[in-house]
Amino acid sequence: MGRVSGTEKQEFTEMENAEFSDFQLICHVRDALSAVTLGDRENYDELVGYLHRKESPNPDEIALLETTLKALSGTVSSIDSVHHESLLSALYRMSLWNYGTSIMDALIELIISLAASNGKYIDWSLELLVNNFTPPYHLMNNLKQEIGIEKKNKVLSRVHAAFEAIAVLVPLAPLRLSPIVVQRMPLIYSKGPEILMYVENMLKLESGAIGEIVGVTMLPAIVDRLIELDVEIGWDGLLHEDAKGIFEMELDDAELEDGDDNMLAAEYLNRKSLEGNTIADKLDSLIELTFLHLESCQSSGRLSEVFDVLLRSFKRTILNAYKSKFTQFLVFYACALDPEDCGVKFAMVLTEMFVSNVYPPNTRMSAVAYLASYLSRAKFVSAALVASILQRLVDWCLNYCQSHDSIMNPRAHQVFYSGCQALMYMLCFRMRSLMDAPRLKMQLLNMPMEPILQHKLNPLKVCLPTVVVEFLRQAKAAKLFMTSESFAFDDMLESDLSRAFGGIYRLDMFFPFDPCLLKKSESYIRPHFARWSKIKCDGADDGEFSETGSEASDDDFADMNENDMIEGDMMVSVQAGLDFDPDLNRMSITPKNKPLLYLHQHNARMPARIRPSTSPESL
Amino acid sequence: MDGLKVSKANLTVYLHPSKSRDVSEAIFRELSSLLFTFSEALDGVVLAYDINSLDNKNAKILSGVIPYFGVPLSVDLLLFSPKPHMLLEGKVVKLSQESIHVVVLGFSSAIITEKDIREEFVYKTKHEQDVYASKSHKRHVIKVGTMIRFSVKSFDEEILHIYGSLMPDHTGSIHWLEKHSDLISHTDRNAKKRESEGELTTLKQDAIDGKLSPLDTAQKIKKSKKQKIQEES
Repeated sequence: MGRVSGTEKQEFTEMENAEFSDFQLICHVRDALSAVTLGDRENYDELVGYLHRKESPNPDEIALLETTLKALSGTVSSIDSVHHESLLSALYRMSLWNYGTSIMDALIELIISLAASNGKYIDWSLELLVNNFTPPYHLMNNLKQEIGIEKKNKVLSRVHAAFEAIAVLVPLAPLRLSPIVVQRMPLIYSKGPEILMYVENMLKLESGAIGEIVGVTMLPAIVDRLIELDVEIGWDGLLHEDAKGIFEMELDDAELEDGDDNMLAAEYLNRKSLEGNTIADKLDSLIELTFLHLESCQSSGRLSEVFDVLLRSFKRTILNAYKSKFTQFLVFYACALDPEDCGVKFAMVLTEMFVSNVYPPNTRMSAVAYLASYLSRAKFVSAALVASILQRLVDWCLNYCQSHDSIMNPRAHQVFYSGCQALMYMLCFRMRSLMDAPRLKMQLLNMPMEPILQHKLNPLKVCLPTVVVEFLRQAKAAKLFMTSESFAFDDMLESDLSRAFGGIYRLDMFFPFDPCLLKKSESYIRPHFARWSKIKCDGADDGEFSETGSEASDDDFADMNENDMIEGDMMVSVQAGLDFDPDLNRMSITPKNKPLLYLHQHNARMPARIRPSTSPESL
Repeated sequence: MDGLKVSKANLTVYLHPSKSRDVSEAIFRELSSLLFTFSEALDGVVLAYDINSLDNKNAKILSGVIPYFGVPLSVDLLLFSPKPHMLLEGKVVKLSQESIHVVVLGFSSAIITEKDIREEFVYKTKHEQDVYASKSHKRHVIKVGTMIRFSVKSFDEEILHIYGSLMPDHTGSIHWLEKHSDLISHTDRNAKKRESEGELTTLKQDAIDGKLSPLDTAQKIKKSKKQKIQEES
């Protein structure tokens, strides 16, 4: 046998009449493979030996490997899954990342031929290719360097081209690919670069040639993973406690990157906050990646279809995931990229969900909260759209009032109260812009809001106090109601009643598009996001309105920190160049520990004050 | 082409109670999930369906934790069930020394390995293109993009993969077969005289295949007419 291998090697190095030796090679391999069934494994084992990875192969060994692979491509129909199991497992362990382009090509060719030859190998081949989405562990760090990036491009372009080639030969292969890809997604506890790379591949599949079939499952799977990461980041207290630790972590940045798993001096960094932060980083990078993908979809004109998929995923998962803080910005950004189509569609879908009584109450409340937050924060949404949506909400609320002749009951009429609160919240942000346009101003003034707000159901009392106060103040300034007294709730953010209508998920304090605190993602959102600023009411319509752009002067916000802003559950101190770790002392979940005395005082005062327009009849 | 048939089936579709608001959409969705999968009960791959009637007055509710309800309906199904020795037609997507890869009806992949290609065809590289050319008929060439007719050896139901063969004489490039059908039957008759009885003659093969679809018999009538015309002229 040594003799045979000797002559083999000779042929390889000579390579004179290429066709001749190719055919010989194929015959030799075929014989070796069929010999196994008769019990003769020598040549076969030798072949398998060529496939095993060597630490630093010399050019001869590389050439040998390449020829072996090419010969195997020519004999795929002789490969039997039972007899040649060691061959198949050796192939399965080969990673494209470890080799040069010639071997990559030969291996890919072999995989494609195997997939096309026998139905049994299709799943196997697809799995092999999916395994190559991420590099082996020891190469992971190289990814940041240029060599690494070049390698990545070489490997991934071949992998995705292989998918297409297989799809041409086996048309049903893409159908089988989707579940394989989704199943092998790294868990949220995997390393950041690994998840990032995998998702990058998924997005590439989505926009690739087989994207039509595979793409529909890719985005929802990514969104699901994002939500999983999102809900892991806790707010209240978790990061608050470790505020000090996080600042210190920044100083020791260099040390940290080498091994996230290594416990740093555990004195000032407890494990939880560390994990919390790395999860936030992962989420941030993934969202940024998806933003970039959405941008590329828009430039290739596919954003509309992709948005439909995204919206379906939103309705299914994000809408009812109340702990989701940042994932929803995917939809926001998609709308920002295409305000006329996607932007309008989103608003319409949410409005439909609210007004139709097919959906369960929590879903409807959530939908209207999203609607209110979206229309308030989206700079790109036209005032006309806002006005028309307002009209619909007002009509719905009025209808509700007229058909429900009952007194205030937060639990029973929670959908109604959430609708009213949404109205008020939207007007807090948009009153100005609506009043500026004459036609819309007319429309606004004609909306029958008074009957709603003064109805027995008493929304002004039930809805979130800060929202109500701000709304009334603006309404007075804009002369929306003839007589409106602003009444103070003593700076209380919430009340027992609002808590009652909000339910266990606190949908009364649910403002999903509150500022995004993830650094990288926020920079994409910033140009389209409307920040809250106090509208100075001088009692006149042309009161100063300082529209805050992305670069806000610190002065504006310095005094604003004392007066809490109406952000529902997030009082965010807006500083230019927002970091993920702003001054956390200012960011807190709103007064859970506010003394209850206030409440009693309020209740004592409120009934007297809560008739905003004392004499509507006098109009 | 063989292997395609239309069946009438009486099915019952069981739906989750949440779907009761829009039953027809739910039924379409259920039926669509059957598409391109092989069904044992129906003995074939479902390619298309057409609902004839559905009984929307009576649906039996199953007892259980979740009370699914079953809607009876009658559908026409287009089924694809290739059996051995059937003749199928497909487009060649890849050629190599070892095999020919074909796609049938746009969804099913088929492979014809070198040992199932008859001696007549020889693998060549002509004008930088890989082809299988016939030794006996110069114009009979199979290359990427050609529609060929082949016979079925076996069918993998799970992945819908067909193993085919080009051994029988009536297989090959359809374009050439149609044009030279008279030539074939002529040579068949001569071949029959020359061949020994032990071998399966192509005419016998033809007879086995031929009793299937009306399309084939129509073709045979055409062929025999052509022969008559030729003989007369």
